[in-house]
Amino acid sequence: MRSNDLITTEYGVENIVKSFGGAKALSGVSLSVSGGQIHCIAGENGSGKSTLIKIMSGVHAPDSGLIRLGEKVFSGLSPREAVHEGVQVIFQDFSLLANLTVAENIALPTFISRDSRFINKKDTFNIAKTALELIEFDIDVNLPVAEISIASKQLVAIARATNLDVKMLFMDEPTTALTRKEIARLFKVIEQLKARNVAIVFVSHKIDEIQEICNTITVLRNGEVVADGKMGDFTRNQISQAMLGQDLLETRIAPKLGKSGSNILEVKKLSTRPTFSDISFTIAPGEILGITGLLGSGRTELAEAIFGRYPVDTGEIAVDGKSVALNSSSAALAAGIGYVPPDRLTQGLFLEQSILRNLVAVGINSYRNAWGLLSKKRVKDAGNKWISDLHIKTDNSLNPVTSLSGGNQQRVVLAKWFALDPRLMILNGPTVGVDIGSKREILEIIRDRAQSGMAFLVVSDDIPELMQICHRVLIIKNGKLEREFNEAQMTEDALYKELS
Amino acid sequence: MNFKRLFRRSETILIFAIIVLSSIIGIKSPSFLSIASIFDIFRSSIVQLIFALGVLIVIVSGGIDISFPTIGIFSGYTAVVLMQRLELNPNSLIVPLVASVIIGVALGAVNALVIAGFGIPTLIATLGTAGIFRGCMLSFVGITFISEIPVGLDNFATADLIRIESPTAPLARLHILIIPITLLTIGISFLLRRTMFGRSVYALGGGSESARRLGISTRRVQAKIYMLVGGLSGFAGILFVSLQRKASPYDLAGSELDVIAAVVLGGASIMGGYGTVFGTVLGVLLINLIKGNLILLGVSSSWQRAAVGVLLLIGITVQAITESKKVRKRRVSTNEEVVA
Repeated sequence: MRSNDLITTEYGVENIVKSFGGAKALSGVSLSVSGGQIHCIAGENGSGKSTLIKIMSGVHAPDSGLIRLGEKVFSGLSPREAVHEGVQVIFQDFSLLANLTVAENIALPTFISRDSRFINKKDTFNIAKTALELIEFDIDVNLPVAEISIASKQLVAIARATNLDVKMLFMDEPTTALTRKEIARLFKVIEQLKARNVAIVFVSHKIDEIQEICNTITVLRNGEVVADGKMGDFTRNQISQAMLGQDLLETRIAPKLGKSGSNILEVKKLSTRPTFSDISFTIAPGEILGITGLLGSGRTELAEAIFGRYPVDTGEIAVDGKSVALNSSSAALAAGIGYVPPDRLTQGLFLEQSILRNLVAVGINSYRNAWGLLSKKRVKDAGNKWISDLHIKTDNSLNPVTSLSGGNQQRVVLAKWFALDPRLMILNGPTVGVDIGSKREILEIIRDRAQSGMAFLVVSDDIPELMQICHRVLIIKNGKLEREFNEAQMTEDALYKELS
Repeated sequence: MNFKRLFRRSETILIFAIIVLSSIIGIKSPSFLSIASIFDIFRSSIVQLIFALGVLIVIVSGGIDISFPTIGIFSGYTAVVLMQRLELNPNSLIVPLVASVIIGVALGAVNALVIAGFGIPTLIATLGTAGIFRGCMLSFVGITFISEIPVGLDNFATADLIRIESPTAPLARLHILIIPITLLTIGISFLLRRTMFGRSVYALGGGSESARRLGISTRRVQAKIYMLVGGLSGFAGILFVSLQRKASPYDLAGSELDVIAAVVLGGASIMGGYGTVFGTVLGVLLINLIKGNLILLGVSSSWQRAAVGVLLLIGITVQAITESKKVRKRRVSTNEEVVA
């Protein structure tokens, strides 16, 4: 009886309008999901996806429009009401409390919904165990969340969200921080939830994932629904076209590599056991070298070792044929090596400071005038040059970096380093969390720089991205250089096969 | 729990420190190792412990309260003044006690309004309210030193549970407050560990945005915290007046250093989210052990404050180092995970 009810139950919104200040974030968005369906909301950053999620979870109230949950209709929800009505959101940051245990993180919402005054360990343990069993995930529930991996955090967040009587579950970019194996596992869990008649809303801009898991789709652009229907009715290109409002090609854009006698970088038998060992490779001017590997393979440490941020036990690094001791970031910088970390938001930018100040931060000494003071004009000219060179979308370089979209922020990070004119640029996960349009542009920026002779070392596990941009790809497995692919050998299948 | 983790806990380290320090003092001056000095440390810790329990709750929630000594003395002093002006039964102990706690809760409510209502950062908010409270006390309640407090309070100062007199050893007195204070300590521990309110305090300290998304009413929790701390401060304030057998509006100023140092040494994270009642009890004992006995070690008592200041910084430094070690250990893996 109950399950029959649920199958036909519809959840969704009608004509939601929401403005912030003067800007319309959503202008009349409607969508509907039935229980036991996986619905995708796709869209670029700034398309209104996040706003919609926040309205459904009670963080924001809509200006107008209705929220429909089965028979019930609301003009707005409070966070408590949302939970009470069975709407759960798994945010990108998971919203877990790192200081509490896995068990408490899972059980707290249950206690809140029961209006419990007291909490005992046994109940907490049992609630958590049951919830984890439902998604077939086994973890020591007494561990503090601070000590578990990102993939585990995600599953704990799912266990927490699905433990209560969940009817509609939003997942905001759930795969951003996961490896392929972990994504496969996540999808299995999602299928289980689907079988439990949960209406699942999968928010993403990764088209292959969307196509793999979703039944229906709504594409948002600039706060409006631009496409809506069954997943099967759309081709990959149609979806990206709808998201971008223009055509997008995922073709190879790596520039032709000229013959060059010398190498910019030569790495010989680099080892820091057990993290990585006996790694040797070279990079020529203008070359884009990709490095990929699974979680814990040592690829990040290797990249950081070349930038002097990770200790090296044995082996040699030579820049322009001369052996250099890279034991600090400043030594690496002096040798002409730049590095952009994966977590660009926390490690690469002064978020509250202006775009201009961020752009000139690394090369600050080169903008001094005869008195040794900063020349405002030089700073401004340099900033404007980078803004136009890298197509950073802003109407005022004095706005804080936070005012930019993810892709534009990434460009500011890149510009900051390009300003130093490094010989070799190490990019660690350059397009993580960036939408397709911006991703394409970032890859094009890399290509353009490579054409003018800058060499790149790109660490990523986005295989299509490496395919698009790299001349060669190295696969690191358990700290060892497993295989090298050149342009001719590179196919998506071959790379995936070698990885797993 | 594994052994390594047990050893890393601040409670374990504190017990160790207390034992070592006691042994050193005992060797230097054997008279220290007596029941009398143990009872003395307890007596000198009572007021601080109550303040510290309040501060623990605030710190775990990710905030800080520096108005508690002012609330304490405001409540205690005002209760005595009211007793005298209204000519209430001077033998009563309950009346000034309840009055002081109520005044404390009321002042805590002002903090709650400013912090939970207007969302002002806790340090600045309580710095401001502390100034206001002190000014109001001196303007409206009084500025005089009261040397004769009501009889009930005065007698309570010598209400001993155990009294051991012997011709060879100093007089050992254990105050009757050991019973209610022990109960209060256990009560606060229960509150923090086993109630929804207590866990909400930890959740708030772990991340207010995440706590809110869970459906916890963070403002309501904050309001409760500051009112509870006010009440505890009022309680501590009146006991302070009673044990001192005098009431001066200028007392307790500056005592926030000792209390916050004790709580931080006890392992409460100044960033919020972590801290235990047991650790706080040990922290208070350590601070009082040091303050009361520096002189036995041949250190001038004028160094007391400096010593506590050093201890506070040691506590915070240890926290910072452990945190950065953890981060470094995790950094490698999260870096990987972020790219992945």
